[in-house]
Amino acid sequence: MSFISYLINGISLGSVYAIIALGYTMVYGIAKMLNFAHGDIIMVGGYVVLTATAAMGMPPMLGILAAVIVCTVLGVTIERVAYRPLRNAASSLAVLITAIGVSYLLQNVALLLFGADTKSFTSVVSIPAVTLAGGDLTITGETMVTIAACIIIMAGLTLFINKSKAGQAMLAVSEDKGAAQLMGINVNGTIALTFAIGSALAAIASVLLCSAYPSLTPYTGAMPGIKAFVAAVFGGIGSIPGAMIGGILLGVIEILGKAYISSQMADAIVFAVLIVVLLVKPTGILGKQVQEKV
Amino acid sequence: MKMNKLKINKTAKSNFITYGIVIAAFIIVQILVSAGQVSSLMKGLLVPLCTYAILAVSLNLVVGILGELSLGHAGFMCVGAFSSAFFSKCMVEVIPVAGVRFFLALLVGAAVAALFGILIGIPVLRLKGDYLAIVTLAFGEIIKNLINAFFIGKDSNGFHFSMKDAMSLNMEADGQVIVNGPQGITGTPNDSTFFIGILLLLLTLFIVLNLIHSRDGRAIMSIRDNRIAAESVGINITKYKMMAFTISAALAGVAGVLYAHNLATLSAQPKNFGYNMSIMILVYVVLGGIGRIRGSMIAAVILTLLPEMLRFLSDYRMLIYAVVLIVMMLFNWSPKALEWRERYSPKRLLKKKQEAKEGE
Repeated sequence: MSFISYLINGISLGSVYAIIALGYTMVYGIAKMLNFAHGDIIMVGGYVVLTATAAMGMPPMLGILAAVIVCTVLGVTIERVAYRPLRNAASSLAVLITAIGVSYLLQNVALLLFGADTKSFTSVVSIPAVTLAGGDLTITGETMVTIAACIIIMAGLTLFINKSKAGQAMLAVSEDKGAAQLMGINVNGTIALTFAIGSALAAIASVLLCSAYPSLTPYTGAMPGIKAFVAAVFGGIGSIPGAMIGGILLGVIEILGKAYISSQMADAIVFAVLIVVLLVKPTGILGKQVQEKV
Repeated sequence: MKMNKLKINKTAKSNFITYGIVIAAFIIVQILVSAGQVSSLMKGLLVPLCTYAILAVSLNLVVGILGELSLGHAGFMCVGAFSSAFFSKCMVEVIPVAGVRFFLALLVGAAVAALFGILIGIPVLRLKGDYLAIVTLAFGEIIKNLINAFFIGKDSNGFHFSMKDAMSLNMEADGQVIVNGPQGITGTPNDSTFFIGILLLLLTLFIVLNLIHSRDGRAIMSIRDNRIAAESVGINITKYKMMAFTISAALAGVAGVLYAHNLATLSAQPKNFGYNMSIMILVYVVLGGIGRIRGSMIAAVILTLLPEMLRFLSDYRMLIYAVVLIVMMLFNWSPKALEWRERYSPKRLLKKKQEAKEGE
């Protein structure tokens, strides 16, 4: 029975990774950049919820809404100020380094505002745990909400991309910016929208992450950020179902590795699996193999 | 013929300027130290400055010359640091002369790092672009994680090895734990000096600059500029990629040796050997100019000193550092900023004035 409970924990953690990875993968698909600051937006979301619910006494739902709004505005502002001027830079590394700078900036602003000490986060989920199989298997409310949120977000995003005009514009821009512009698509607006969606997802991920692992420091976002990035690559960067599969696989491998092999080596195991997958499929599980034309 | 000669002189001149900067910096620092103008804080920074400069130059070989993004450079530094510290600690009684011991430790560190460079390079260099970057990052993290799980001890029966804890080494009473898992290696002889650091930096520059201006270096750069074209004129892509990657790894190992012998306790933490460190080195390379060896060296020195110089801002210093980093990147890379700089550059304004004068 413990295996099933580990598996469920893994899927729950993986769902959080998947939501973060969706943000990564969408931004990568459209702007062709690794947004290293994405993890820190999660941290900002966590602090916003904490301030709103604990310090200002707002109900949890309002707190989550505040986090989504703050993160969305933050994401779009960062894109406008720091990334857009470098979109046509000579080297794609320039915007990567700027993203690292933004990541340092967010961490240090949080450090100044909230201090370096760990804040404990009260879960915003008030659903009681469910006990199955005669008390052997307990599923916490957080786990259920996380998995449900992940499924809803995934379905909603797929619908949005495939059915709405803005979603189609995103696909077009990710395929060919120049051609999309010629077709009358507002490229800057579409990219800003992508950042907005990615950051809003990061805010939701922050709530779920902090509810499951209730501690918050200015560096909370860094490791989940990197893991989600790995998950996005794992599933094939730029692909939305890929991010989902990658995230959940990563979460399951991490929890099972921690439980059965070594808790210290769990990260090493996750990375080792990534390497093996990329060696067999160099563009990830669902990635498209692009043939280079001469 | 004349053109050719001129060109060779130009690169040679540029190389001599690079070496000259290092030697001049060394002399100036020595004068300041003997005049008592350098605080103990700054003195403590001298060896790390050399370490970071070596790391930046060696990473530039992969990022700037080979054109592949590597985010695992700290891993090679980590391997070099631990293997050499292990060697030095075992040999402390056998080889009492610090110079000889350090030299041998240097060879060990560089060789082990190069070996890891080859082992990691074989699978990694098959990948491209961001996939390559993430796999190097993964390897760096794996190395850091593995070293944290290593326990090695020595007693009268020889070496003992474990991956669980220090107790399961089953040593005799006279046993001594050398590598103690997350606690790392304590008591490495402090053999690194600023002089050795400068010598190693000069050696690194010599190796990298000579490689770039050699036939092999041009082959490596041709892969960066156009892989398919390079392949079609008969350049062995795998060989030259491996060459650049391995040399870069070995040089990072050298930096690790320097780093390890400057510390009393060496442990693999996210701060010194994690992906943050790799990214930091990448920041030096990009800010100094991709492919510009002298630039990455200078950027490493400035960016290491910047937080120290901002110390009077206390809590705000890392914030200012981040803002400076973003502004510098925008100023150096944004097409609009470059256009603006072109328009208002002193050279151009001077030329304009001259033209106006001639017109009169």
